[in-house]
Amino acid sequence: MSPAEIRAAVIDILETIAPDEDLSNLDDAKEFRDQMELDSMDFLDIVMELRKRYRVQVPEEDYENLVSMASTVSYLEPKMADIPAE
Amino acid sequence: MALTHHQYSPPALPRIVLTGIGLTSPNGNDLATHRAALLNGKSGVQDYEIRYVGKTLAGICDYDALKHQNRREVRRGTRAGSIAIYSCNEAVIDSQINWEAIDKSRVGIYLGVTEHGNVETENEVYELSQFDYDVSVWNHFHNPRTVANNPAGEAALNMGITGPHYTLGAACAAGNNGLIQGAQMLQLGQCDIALAGGVSESIHTFGIFASFKSQGALAEHTDPTKASRPFDKERNGIVVSEGGCVYTLERLDDALARGAHIYGEIVGHCINTDATDFVLPNPERQSECIGLALQRAGITPQDVDILSTHATGTLSGDIQEISALRRVFDSECKVSINNTKSFIGHCMGAAGALELAGNLPSFTDNICHPTMNVDELDEECSIPGLVLNEAKQLENVEYIVNNSFGMLGINSTVVIKKFVS
Repeated sequence: MSPAEIRAAVIDILETIAPDEDLSNLDDAKEFRDQMELDSMDFLDIVMELRKRYRVQVPEEDYENLVSMASTVSYLEPKMADIPAE
Repeated sequence: MALTHHQYSPPALPRIVLTGIGLTSPNGNDLATHRAALLNGKSGVQDYEIRYVGKTLAGICDYDALKHQNRREVRRGTRAGSIAIYSCNEAVIDSQINWEAIDKSRVGIYLGVTEHGNVETENEVYELSQFDYDVSVWNHFHNPRTVANNPAGEAALNMGITGPHYTLGAACAAGNNGLIQGAQMLQLGQCDIALAGGVSESIHTFGIFASFKSQGALAEHTDPTKASRPFDKERNGIVVSEGGCVYTLERLDDALARGAHIYGEIVGHCINTDATDFVLPNPERQSECIGLALQRAGITPQDVDILSTHATGTLSGDIQEISALRRVFDSECKVSINNTKSFIGHCMGAAGALELAGNLPSFTDNICHPTMNVDELDEECSIPGLVLNEAKQLENVEYIVNNSFGMLGINSTVVIKKFVS
């Protein structure tokens, strides 16, 4: 998957776990929690959905990489590079 | 009737009244709609399909969950939690309490459930099976969704209630038991407002359908609206339904002080236990339960105007309840006897509370709603006072008695008196 495809995949996950949020103006550089209502269970949901949908494992010590869209995509890029786009 | 229990007389307790009703039933999402359906013969039973069991029937609610929850709360929580949130919020709105102004630490929630956690566990195990039983994908919401206090806890979280919250497991007697618990906690001074009743999400677990089917107690009929037919000769089992009904309860003095509308007063109640069988009811214990509730209300069987039966449409259960009623009510009694499940099926944990709610308007209109779908009365279910298929106009309704019984032999009866200021 390309970085753009990974971003689209993460947006799809966010739409599932935070269905009340408008993600159309999401600022990739800003932290998720500064522009969305996300609690610790929601972050766990992101990890869980990545595991279920793409078999990507995010160990607990790496959770800090999921703070913003930009950091999430760059963290996931090597892990998802070999996954074919849907 | 001989009562063999220990004759302890408790000290005079505060009087408890019903000042608000919030409900979702398979035939209406507020009391007026539910009542109109009961008077107009409108069923809430429809075709339904569930995993593994396939095509069956159920009573399904269509309340607007987003009225009191956002979409994330609905997704994260349980169906029972959502029904509890809807019913509790509606009960508060109906009571016209100034919710913003009251101390939320003095509000308690007491909700009965038949079961909780089956729906969530079944869904999660099914999902796990899609991942070859790799438990690393097991849902991290499993625990908060399946803890036994979930429905009342979700309502407390949604409404900012910081007083006590109980979810009471009491099989199909649970709706009455929630009401009784709420009244008792008000009498003990543990809270000033009790949100009390019952909820059910049971139509979302295949296990409950499959188990009733194995037991030969799951209703079948080509016309869903005719499937739930207590007392009828052709009855063949239970229609499983979901629903919720919550009452705002207050001590009478508090209700009068704020000029609240009062639906009725809880003047008597009883919970007892058969201690004879897992499933089969015991009419002797049921009649003792009714008799003790009347005695505690300070009335006799002759005083009862309406009795709402628990009967679920099973071959044996309906006969046993009528047998219990025969032990309490003789031919001198004026009591009119009806059944709500014939309209909406068995709302499980919500049944007792919902079935009472549909009868409360009788204090105002003096009409007893009927039991529908009785094309041919089973002689073994025959008793004077049965109101069948057509609503009955009564002269005056002062006392309503509500029966709710459940597996493991739990029986509960509540006596409500018309309130006249």
